[in-house]
Amino acid sequence: MKGPEDRHKEIFREEANELLSELEGSLLELEENPEDGELVEKIFRAMHTIKGSGAMFGFNEIVSFTHELETAFDHVRNKKMPVTKELIEITLSARDILREMLENSAEGVGDNERAAQETLSRLKRILPGPLKTEAENSRLKDEKEKENEKIFRSSGDPVTYRIRFRPGRDIFKNGINPSFLINELMTLGDCLVIAQIDSIPAMDEFDPEACYFYWDFVLTTGQGVNAIKDVFIFVEEGSELKIEAVDEGDPGKPADYKRIGEILVEKGDISAEALKEALSKHKNLGQILVEEGAVPHGRIASALVEQQYIREKRKSLKEAEAAASIRVPSRKLDILADLTGELVTLQARLSRFSIAENNPELAAIAEGVERLTEELRETIMGVRLVPIENVFSKLKRIVRDLSGELGKEIALEITGAETELDKSLIEKLGDPLVHIVRNSIDHGIEPPDEREARGKPRRGTIHLSAAHSGANVLIQIGDDGKGLDAEAIKAKAIEKGLIQHGTELSGNGLYQLIFASGLSTAKEVTKVSGRGVGMDVVRKNIDALRGTVEVESWKGEGTCINIRVPLTLAIIEGLLVRINEEHFVIPLSMVEECVELIRGANEGQNGKHIANVRGDIVPYIDLRELFGIGGPPPEIGQIVITEADGKKVGFLVDQVIGENQTVIKALGGTFKQIDWISGATILGDGSVALILAVPQIIKWMENRETERAAFRAE
Amino acid sequence: MGKTVLIVDDSATMRQVVSFALKDAGFEVISAVDGKDAIAKLGVAKSDLIITDLNMPNLNGIELIKQVRQTPGHKFTPIIMLTTESQESRKAEGRQAGVSGWIVKPFTPEQLLGVVKKFIR
Repeated sequence: MKGPEDRHKEIFREEANELLSELEGSLLELEENPEDGELVEKIFRAMHTIKGSGAMFGFNEIVSFTHELETAFDHVRNKKMPVTKELIEITLSARDILREMLENSAEGVGDNERAAQETLSRLKRILPGPLKTEAENSRLKDEKEKENEKIFRSSGDPVTYRIRFRPGRDIFKNGINPSFLINELMTLGDCLVIAQIDSIPAMDEFDPEACYFYWDFVLTTGQGVNAIKDVFIFVEEGSELKIEAVDEGDPGKPADYKRIGEILVEKGDISAEALKEALSKHKNLGQILVEEGAVPHGRIASALVEQQYIREKRKSLKEAEAAASIRVPSRKLDILADLTGELVTLQARLSRFSIAENNPELAAIAEGVERLTEELRETIMGVRLVPIENVFSKLKRIVRDLSGELGKEIALEITGAETELDKSLIEKLGDPLVHIVRNSIDHGIEPPDEREARGKPRRGTIHLSAAHSGANVLIQIGDDGKGLDAEAIKAKAIEKGLIQHGTELSGNGLYQLIFASGLSTAKEVTKVSGRGVGMDVVRKNIDALRGTVEVESWKGEGTCINIRVPLTLAIIEGLLVRINEEHFVIPLSMVEECVELIRGANEGQNGKHIANVRGDIVPYIDLRELFGIGGPPPEIGQIVITEADGKKVGFLVDQVIGENQTVIKALGGTFKQIDWISGATILGDGSVALILAVPQIIKWMENRETERAAFRAE
Repeated sequence: MGKTVLIVDDSATMRQVVSFALKDAGFEVISAVDGKDAIAKLGVAKSDLIITDLNMPNLNGIELIKQVRQTPGHKFTPIIMLTTESQESRKAEGRQAGVSGWIVKPFTPEQLLGVVKKFIR
């Protein structure tokens, strides 16, 4: 079967052969009558036709060869070259070569190269000017390709263009109907057309064959400005075509668009001065401009339409962007996380069971389930993670406003704003951070003059940073202010009975007292020490997140508050411990180390348990005692040493089982008052383990010590 | 009612190629072998668009365009000329004579249709 291409080629060969036969006759005749212009014309046309038609089907050899002959006869035609015997001879042999080329191309062979080259070099010798060089030929070819290429389009991001097309008056006389061009333009994308009619003259001056219309378009297309130019490729002369990109389609831009006056000035429809004058009259701008005759009504309409159009475009872009993400109530995410937790638990049971069964198929299934569950858990945790930036940016505003209010110069430096943590944590961190930053501004950073007097830069700095550290996020709020006043804190603490007179506290240990409730609420302390308002509230908030907060301070140099919170509230890395039949989980982030305790060694000084850890005295709590668990204690117990709020406290247990990924379940409302326990988790075998709230237990223990001490003192 | 295109070319190949591409796109096509033939055909058949070669015996393309513009009913008929090179002088000459557009040989059927559809549908 032959396609249309093959049929076309066949016709071309037939036609070319016919032309070549005629060419022979014409050449012989021309030899007799070298001055016969008609004959020259005919020969030229034959060459031209063979070249032009041959090019349609890729007969490149024939095309380039004929091109040179055509050039020669073009010269003859223009009387730049005489008809000579030699020319006739060369052309005749060229004709024979062409015929061979045609036949060979049909048979798929071609070896006319040498003969063709010989003929061409003979022809070159008799031509008045040099033949066109290869480079020139290829340049011409490129141009040609470029021209036709214009019809093809590329596509990219949609851009909105403002186009004015003002055809020449006599455009109809060239057979061009602008409406087809407008239709073509409209196929490029979303397009608004505004016809301008202000150039239509009065009836007696009206030429029905002239085009008085012109058009404004607002077009959104991804095909680029060249596609637009291609539409108007044949009307460039005598017509006006203005194409400007007015909106890059950036979804980040506000849906609001330029004001009408701006558009008109930009389009050159009105001068900036005229606009200013009109604006000063405080009337509807478009109306004024029309009344003034500053700009015709159609132009205003056009600008209005553009404004409206782009506003809508931007709005729909925003909507599209919003559609790319969905809003889900966080409660649903909580349920999802909960269910995943159940699944993790169930999967742990499956894994245990499969190990016990020693069934390879079951083991494979269990492994698969384990892998998927792990992925699911991570994905769900990931969904809840948001960058801390949200909180930090809120602080920017506070620093700016408050420092201005207090006449202080403060720069805010932020690092690690991209650090992600659980959404619920982010929400709960907001208030404490605001509090700390306010304190830094209010009491930490000195006024500029004071700073200068102390040899510090006038401008103070508050540094906010966030970074992951293991399963925790470390948030630091530092300032280069005057630091905490240790003496004032000490005095106040003694006054409030928080510490006893003569108690030696290391610098940082003393500073932690600012988080104690009795101290911080007192207003006058604030004035003396400069710090501490509501710091107990900060601590309470952070405790609730199972986090820790510490303060470091250097007199005259600044203060830094370190907050550590777990990445997520739903899952913690825990250390699983056992007392008799009961299991407990201690958050791993607080665990320092585990040591063995040989019973009877260091027990019960004043009812306190004290362990000796490499020479350090560490108080410990016997969990068996604390929770009233029965059964005989083992010979050798284990103490899990934890650190919270800069204090080390141990927990005595029967056995440390190991690390455990713990999915936290909230305890019901019934257990709300029990602040030793922050939650519960379900173990692989289905039993429940309680999660210890370490800081709260330590605090309770301290209070008890203080009470006992007070009791003893009485 | 489909639009009718008149293709004027002394090359049978070109007439065949153009008419094949246009018929494929749903146009009616009539052919003329040279300018003189074209004028004769215009007298008897309707033509909504004319595509013409430039180098032809018996009335060349430019002369044909000039005459078509004088022919009753064809003052505003779109005319596309076929050129071999992108010669600015030819375009200007054609424009002067009243041509609507042009296409440079060789071209593909798609390119041809792209140009034709600027003038008729």
